[in-house]
Amino acid sequence: MNFSFLGTYYTFFLQGMYITFLLAVISVIAGTVLGIILTLMRRSQIKVIKWISIGYIEFIRGTPLLAQIFLVYVGLPMILQVNVPDFLTGAIALTIHASAYISETMRSGIEAIPYGQTEAARSLGMSKRRTMIDIILPQAFKNILPALGNQFIGNIKDSSLVSVIGISELMYQTTTVRGTTALGLEPIIVASFIYLVMTLALTRLLSHLERRLKSSDYR
Amino acid sequence: MITVKNLDKSYGSHEVLKDINCTIHDGEVIVIIGPSGSGKSTFLRCLNLLEKPTKGSIVVDDQEITDKKVNIDKVREKMGMVFQQFNLFPHKTVIQNICHAPTRVKKMNKAEAEKLGMELLGKVGLQDKRDVYPVTLSGGQQQRIAIARALAMQPEAMLFDEPTSALDPEMVSEVLAVIKQLAKEGMTMVIVTHEMGFAREVGDRILFMDHSQIVEENTPEKLFTHPQHARTKNFLSKILH
Repeated sequence: MNFSFLGTYYTFFLQGMYITFLLAVISVIAGTVLGIILTLMRRSQIKVIKWISIGYIEFIRGTPLLAQIFLVYVGLPMILQVNVPDFLTGAIALTIHASAYISETMRSGIEAIPYGQTEAARSLGMSKRRTMIDIILPQAFKNILPALGNQFIGNIKDSSLVSVIGISELMYQTTTVRGTTALGLEPIIVASFIYLVMTLALTRLLSHLERRLKSSDYR
Repeated sequence: MITVKNLDKSYGSHEVLKDINCTIHDGEVIVIIGPSGSGKSTFLRCLNLLEKPTKGSIVVDDQEITDKKVNIDKVREKMGMVFQQFNLFPHKTVIQNICHAPTRVKKMNKAEAEKLGMELLGKVGLQDKRDVYPVTLSGGQQQRIAIARALAMQPEAMLFDEPTSALDPEMVSEVLAVIKQLAKEGMTMVIVTHEMGFAREVGDRILFMDHSQIVEENTPEKLFTHPQHARTKNFLSKILH
């Protein structure tokens, strides 16, 4: 095996790594916001709102990410009647995908909070909305932080799929390097190694954060 | 003053409260006793609409609170509630637990709320716990904080739902002492409890509930020494040794 191409092409990988990371960060943050909205919609008393949320989640969870990427890539410019930049398209597709899963996680996080918390807050005169925002969501969020971390790691790997619509993330760059160097295997090995380093580093960072959050319970 | 008239509550076909009538005057301490499942807690929870009555009326200060147009949050501000399981907010410190509702709901300014919070912490004897999280406190301490939290909204009446039932025996008295102090200060209170000695000492009136109904009500002296009803006698004979 020959890795001498790295001397010339390492910037391709660094560039790709940067875009991959950016896509994962954006999609996990925007996905969390959208996920919370979906969860609240799902808990709504109004049936239509509730069913929109359920339909959305079931559709996303029941169709392949690759199909969703193409749907956004082709569908979004048609609906909006404007040109959407490729990077944005990829970020939106990944966000939509992540939000459905995050919403389900969030729902279980909220359901894990004892009902007594809601009752205590309501008995103090807090509205339903304020109770949710001030009392339930912060606790639920803390509960699901490990799961959100896993979602983030998942998003890093999922983002490889948006290479099909020409976004120059890590996988796309790897394909470029393979084409230019006519090396089949080596660039893929390098890319896999980079993915592994990113996810391992994140796993470590997250377990550290989790420990710190837990310790705040016993200050 | 709280006036309850013909109050019914049922879950489907299961009746939990049947035709409850009761008047609670300002400054009065009402203690509700009775066997488990008799509807005591449900009745208490109806008073601040944590449970929705199926039928009947509850009038608080000339306001019919079961009316759909009433802003229930406003009614609840006037009625503090203390739960069996304390229900402190675990992600907030003691002082944050106490000051949260006054600042966010009543829009009291922060300094004022903290001053009030510290006064109340003094009252329940826990000023040194101001900045700790509830998880570090004993059950008795948590319940005293929960009382302070409810008092911070400066309610007109306090509802206690078996406030000592989840406590280790040696912590019961510290919580009861706080409630007795409130009674002395003239706070209107409705207390569901299994502590008969306490009920007798603190209550102006005792309601005995059984099978979803108020079976008997009287002053503690009369109810405990000369119960009129067979069911009351039976209940008391089982718990007073």
